[in-house]
Amino acid sequence: MSESPEVHAGPVIALTGGAVAIAGRPILRGIDLAVRSGEFVALMGANGSGKSTLVRALTGLHPLAAGSLRLFGTPYDDFHDWRRVGYVPQRGSAASGIPASVWEVVASGRLTHRPLFRPLGRRDRAAITDALEVVGLADRAGDGVSTLSGGQQQRVLIARALAGEPDLFFLDEPTAGVDLPSQQVLADSLRTLSARGATIVLVAHELGPMAPLIDRAVVMRDGRVSYDGPPLTHDQVHHPDLAHDLAQDLAMVHLDHVDQGHGHHHDDPARHDHAPHVAGPLDGSGEVGR
Amino acid sequence: MSDYLHLLSLPFMQRAIIAALFTGLAAPVVGTYLVQRRLALMGDGIGHVAVTGVALGLLTGVSPVWTAVLVSVLGAILIEVIRERGHANGDVALALLFYGGLAGGVLITGLAGQSGARLQTYLFGSITTMSVGDVLVTMGLAGAVVLLGIGLAPQLFAVAQDQEFAQVAGLNIRVYNVLVAVLAAVSVSVAMRTVGLLLVSALMVVPVATAQQLTRSFRGTLLAAMALGMLAAVGGLLISAAAPDGTTVQPGPTIVLLALACFTVSWPVGVWLRSRQRMRRPFPVVAAAAHQTIDEHPHDHGDDCGHVAVPHGDHVDYVHDGHRHAPHGRHYDEH
Repeated sequence: MSESPEVHAGPVIALTGGAVAIAGRPILRGIDLAVRSGEFVALMGANGSGKSTLVRALTGLHPLAAGSLRLFGTPYDDFHDWRRVGYVPQRGSAASGIPASVWEVVASGRLTHRPLFRPLGRRDRAAITDALEVVGLADRAGDGVSTLSGGQQQRVLIARALAGEPDLFFLDEPTAGVDLPSQQVLADSLRTLSARGATIVLVAHELGPMAPLIDRAVVMRDGRVSYDGPPLTHDQVHHPDLAHDLAQDLAMVHLDHVDQGHGHHHDDPARHDHAPHVAGPLDGSGEVGR
Repeated sequence: MSDYLHLLSLPFMQRAIIAALFTGLAAPVVGTYLVQRRLALMGDGIGHVAVTGVALGLLTGVSPVWTAVLVSVLGAILIEVIRERGHANGDVALALLFYGGLAGGVLITGLAGQSGARLQTYLFGSITTMSVGDVLVTMGLAGAVVLLGIGLAPQLFAVAQDQEFAQVAGLNIRVYNVLVAVLAAVSVSVAMRTVGLLLVSALMVVPVATAQQLTRSFRGTLLAAMALGMLAAVGGLLISAAAPDGTTVQPGPTIVLLALACFTVSWPVGVWLRSRQRMRRPFPVVAAAAHQTIDEHPHDHGDDCGHVAVPHGDHVDYVHDGHRHAPHGRHYDEH
């Protein structure tokens, strides 16, 4: 979308040997992931498989315990061009303790372009309007976000990322808890983005209407990448045997272990908690910013 | 009446009015960001810590305003650090700090050989005894709070709204979090002479709670809260000054009660607005199940029929005794 200041032919995201530890417990281990410009990648896997953690590591929200990360060819520590990155966090709602209008929430996506103590410029307003049009909420700009449905609030969060005119999008479960018609609108918005040449990394439990958009699927399992290749069907993702066979067929990645008794995740009530929450009043959580 | 006007023309009263005006403007600015973070009681916490600051001023002979600013800024940063590092038990840690601040303040005041009455002027306010210097300090600090709180509003809004998004957007969230904490501490120290340390938080939070009953944007809430804070501070002072001879009406509690009165008026309006909005929220469009028609309908639904009209896809459903009636040709469908 915006002209890239430096020309690079390499991958937009290059993570090699990536590992993430939360509160001292290794969560992600040995992740190699390269995403090319313009690709639409779906990060899939069961609850607790580490797919959200991986996206949080790629955006810098979780520090890497090991490995190296390059964004747009620049090592992470030297990367400051955050206006090229758009992030849609995993959130149930766009509301907070104070009423905020749809326009105001989307306008905060322009912060990467705005100097301190400056009001919105003409270009900022144009970008915000365009973002609202892409997600189909232009007529709701003045409404309070808390009056919108869950699916509409997710679209507001996507518009907020879109307003910064980034080249690379991370979306963390944008369709979780969203009804089917809204999922369709979300998928249409993502199709528009992808057609504009944006690179998209989407964390999804189920793809639903977004399935046809995906170029490539990466399946996470217990903190490791268990499959990386052409898009899979829902059953293939969630039935390890199928994914396993497919992975072997394609000779893409090897699965370290496959626990057979772990068929369909919906029946699995035990949530995989990354770090047990045991703390005294003054103990640190080991995680900054949460 | 002429006595009242004469009272208002006295220099101490005019200083008090100016101080109330600036305090009333500044306190809700910080209060808005605290409420947005769901930290409405943080002002109370800082107020308690500031008691120790005032006591240190009384002990050392330094102006209590400055020692209060210093100690409450340190306390606010400590609260922010605990909040950032702690998990769900952060509120317990904050409570420990609050009690420590209050107990320390009372103890040190005793050590300084000062009476409880002296401390009380800071606990409950003493706006009518402010010197010209006090008023200038109030104006300066309140002005700085308003300037930073409004000038950096886009950044502060984004950080409070969604911290992770703000971090990925490249904002240094720790700087902004500490800035809000420091602004809160400064506001507390400024408002301490107006309404007193124990009531400071009311001036920060109540106007915001009042404003958000009626507003739907952040900007509207912030500006309305500032206007309401100013109205309550100046109005409360003027009401307390009008008290008949022989009664003592303190400005601090009057200001807080006036702010609460505004809330009491706006709250039912807010309840009504929200319920109206909820009733009219569109019904989701899903593929229809078996559809049922009503042949005999005693009543024509329309714009003014008194039944709530709710958008439903390409038509309107009328909510009628728990049913959803959609006009279809010459009859109604049950939706």
